[in-house]
Amino acid sequence: MNPNNYLVLAGILFTIGAFGVLVRRNAIIVFMSVEMMLNAANLAFVAASHITGTLDGQVAAFFVMTVAAAEVVVGLAIIVVIFRTRRSASIDEASLLKY
Amino acid sequence: MTGEVVIFWITAIFSVIGAVGMVISRKAVHSALWVAFAMINLAVLYFSLGGAFLGTTQIVVYTGAVMMLFLFVLMIVGVDSSDSLIETIKGQRLVGTILAFAFGALLTSAITSTGFSAANGVAAANNANGGNIQGLAQLIFGRYLLAFEVTSALLITAALGAMVLAHHERWTPRKTQAQLQRERTLSGHPTPMPNPGVLALHNSVDTPALLPDGSPSQESLPRIFKSVEQSDDSTNNEVNS
Amino acid sequence: MISALIGLPLFGAALLLLGGRRTNAWGHYFAVAMSTSAFVIGVTQFLALLSKPAEERNINAHLFDWISVGSFTVPFGLHLDQLSVVFVLLITGVGSLIHVYSIGYMAHDENRRRFFGYLNLFVAAMLLLVLADNYLLLYVGWEGVGLASYLLISFYQHKPSAAAAGKKAFVVNRVGDVGLSVAIMLMFVTFKDVTFGGVSEHAQHASGHSLTLIGLALLLAACGKSAQFPLQSWLLDAMEGPTPVSALIHAATMVTAGVYLITRAHAIFDLSETARTAVVVIGAITLLLGAFIGTAKDDIKKGLAGSTMSQIGYMILAAGLGPVGYVFAIFHLLTHGMFKAGLFLGAGSVMHGMEDDVNMRNYGALRGAMKITYITFGLGFLAIIGVPPFAGFWSKDEIIHAAFSQNLVVGLATLLGAGVTAFYMTRMMAMTFFGESRWKKGVHPHESPLVMTAPMIILAVGSVFGGLALKFLGNIELWLEPVVGVAAPKDPASNAVLIPVTLTVVLVGAGYGWLKYAKTPVPSVAPENVSLLTRAARADAYGDALNEAVFMRPGQYLTRALVWFDTRAVDGLVGGLSATVGGLSARLRRTQNGLVRSYALTMLGGAVLIALVLLLVRL
Repeated sequence: MNPNNYLVLAGILFTIGAFGVLVRRNAIIVFMSVEMMLNAANLAFVAASHITGTLDGQVAAFFVMTVAAAEVVVGLAIIVVIFRTRRSASIDEASLLKY
Repeated sequence: MTGEVVIFWITAIFSVIGAVGMVISRKAVHSALWVAFAMINLAVLYFSLGGAFLGTTQIVVYTGAVMMLFLFVLMIVGVDSSDSLIETIKGQRLVGTILAFAFGALLTSAITSTGFSAANGVAAANNANGGNIQGLAQLIFGRYLLAFEVTSALLITAALGAMVLAHHERWTPRKTQAQLQRERTLSGHPTPMPNPGVLALHNSVDTPALLPDGSPSQESLPRIFKSVEQSDDSTNNEVNS
Repeated sequence: MISALIGLPLFGAALLLLGGRRTNAWGHYFAVAMSTSAFVIGVTQFLALLSKPAEERNINAHLFDWISVGSFTVPFGLHLDQLSVVFVLLITGVGSLIHVYSIGYMAHDENRRRFFGYLNLFVAAMLLLVLADNYLLLYVGWEGVGLASYLLISFYQHKPSAAAAGKKAFVVNRVGDVGLSVAIMLMFVTFKDVTFGGVSEHAQHASGHSLTLIGLALLLAACGKSAQFPLQSWLLDAMEGPTPVSALIHAATMVTAGVYLITRAHAIFDLSETARTAVVVIGAITLLLGAFIGTAKDDIKKGLAGSTMSQIGYMILAAGLGPVGYVFAIFHLLTHGMFKAGLFLGAGSVMHGMEDDVNMRNYGALRGAMKITYITFGLGFLAIIGVPPFAGFWSKDEIIHAAFSQNLVVGLATLLGAGVTAFYMTRMMAMTFFGESRWKKGVHPHESPLVMTAPMIILAVGSVFGGLALKFLGNIELWLEPVVGVAAPKDPASNAVLIPVTLTVVLVGAGYGWLKYAKTPVPSVAPENVSLLTRAARADAYGDALNEAVFMRPGQYLTRALVWFDTRAVDGLVGGLSATVGGLSARLRRTQNGLVRSYALTMLGGAVLIALVLLLVRL
């Protein structure tokens, strides 16, 4: 079993997550795509630890998970605040930085 | 055909299906469910790779807490909020597809061109310290102690940040129960309002529902039937006041 | 003491010009007093020089070290010797007479005080010019008289023609001034010294080439100031100024500064054959040109201006002949100063009586109405055409003699000039004082007041006896010999032959003029159907047209082209640059569409690019 497979799977999941960020308009779905990308990274880490035979990869994945959780908390709070004032969860409407 | 291979292929296919499903779902809740599905598959994969603790954490923290958090926010935002599938930015979809494809191809070619030696497996590492959790603990509180401390600071900051962001500033003092009682008595109808639908005169889809004070609620109408008169529907929002 | 010569008129000018209206009542008297006291000092200095032996006749006054930079030192020093003292006497003498005359002439002008201030300024500057002991200080005086000339020509400021004439005089003089600056610079380079003494000493050791260059540059300067060809166009226009100005500046003194310069720099001209030849040629051309122009002018002042141009041509020619002619150039300068000033003052008196009309076609038969003017003008006329024993005969004939001894063609030119001079001066006399009266209605010619006629009488006396005095009473050749050197003409044409020939030519010219203008009636309106030559003479021999075509129009086109280039090319370049930047930035700005997904797309694109590059590098 070629350990590359895990990494290829991680790459595919990452790509799908990136695609999701680009094409979806709903802020929450975009966020979920970002989570998918993080998960892909986690998978890569675990696969790496499996390849090398050390647990450092898993520790890294552990930290990534923590950070992802923190990020989700703050990000969703922001989305809630924006939704409160703007009544819309579409990220296209948040275009005040337009020239 | 070892178990590892079987598990890999099954979970791989399912997680890809889950990811794709997330991206192409119209309703947000469906997307969330697809993501949860993908994540559980990944957790199984972690288990098969010898990361028992990580797999558990994936299910409990990621799928259980984070995705539920997503669902809560979805409820706040509107469960039935759905995107139209028409793309508003010109060329976004096309270029996005091309780029994503290119990126994927690059990654895959880069990965496949590297030759890793056969996987060792973490079984030895796990056993060295008497179990996966112990091994992880050895590393977290040993070599990566600083990262651990910093991450904990990060978590605290995130929690505080969320609190600050979501805090609702009161511009007027909150009405006490005595005040509320007083207003109700003086309002003209001290009795509780009838339940929704009690005073309904019509039964059609385009008849708006009545709010407890008797005024029609345009929000109860499906979007297509929004009447022209009521343009501003931010006057009465029970969630915030 | 000699610094007071300059200081007194300068003080007068400063007081009158800075004092303003407060000095109106007594300003003119003060100016006359300053000028006259300068004359008195001049006379005392002259007597002081007389008492010294011939070789030591100079007084020097070193006032202070003006410029002292490295090896270049220029003192602010005054030097009074035989040459400068005659100039001082001429300037202050004739100048004071004209100051007195102006009291009467400018009596009705409300700006009289300003006029006298400028006159004093002129006298101070001219005295500085002749008293300087080095070329740079001379240049200061040179510029000063140019300034005074400009101020005085355009004195009637409200007249656009006067303002234009002043500007023209200044600009043309400037061209000559460039010559003087170049000469001074060349002197510094060649001799390391710009004092007269230093230059004379070192001239023998310099190369012929540099001496010729310096000589030609000095000639250019002289042409500008003395209105010689090719810088002669300003003199006729300068008659726009009041008549006393024409008399003082453009007859007696300023225009002779060129002659002074050439005589002073005799050390250089003596050693350069080419420069001398150039001077003689210029002198000859101008004397014929001036005479030619003078024959067709109906304006009495312009006719006299053409005459001045011609007479200075004689002086320049004589100065160019070398040691043979320097003395006679100065001699003619002195006599000319007297009779020309007298003629101009007479013309001013005629104008005063004819309601400021300058057109001779409106004169006629004035000898009965203005007797004193007629007599003084007539004496000046006889002097200028060279009738013995009047002043002009002695000086002009010596010049003709010297010219013939050098070159036949030059001699013939001077002879012809004498004839034409006689012709146009007779024409002027005839049209003004003889013939039928062609006065306009309401014009009653009357004699001028004493304050105006007295200077005219004094100058007429000078025209009569000046030549005799300078030749026999005090020999001017002997006087100037230590300064400029005198040489006897080699292979002289005998005076016994020349003098009758000259007189015959003069009589022929005068007779022809008399026949044409005194015997036949003069039309009151200038005839249109005239010969080509007359037309050319009326147009100042097309001098202005030439200047315009050769210098002004190309200059104008050049300026226009440069302006076009500046606005289109230079501004276009800068503007185009800014427009390009603006355009580019406007395009680039549109990428900031505020949409997060576009930014995310760009980020992914960048990541793909980096990954590609990394992979390719590794491959």
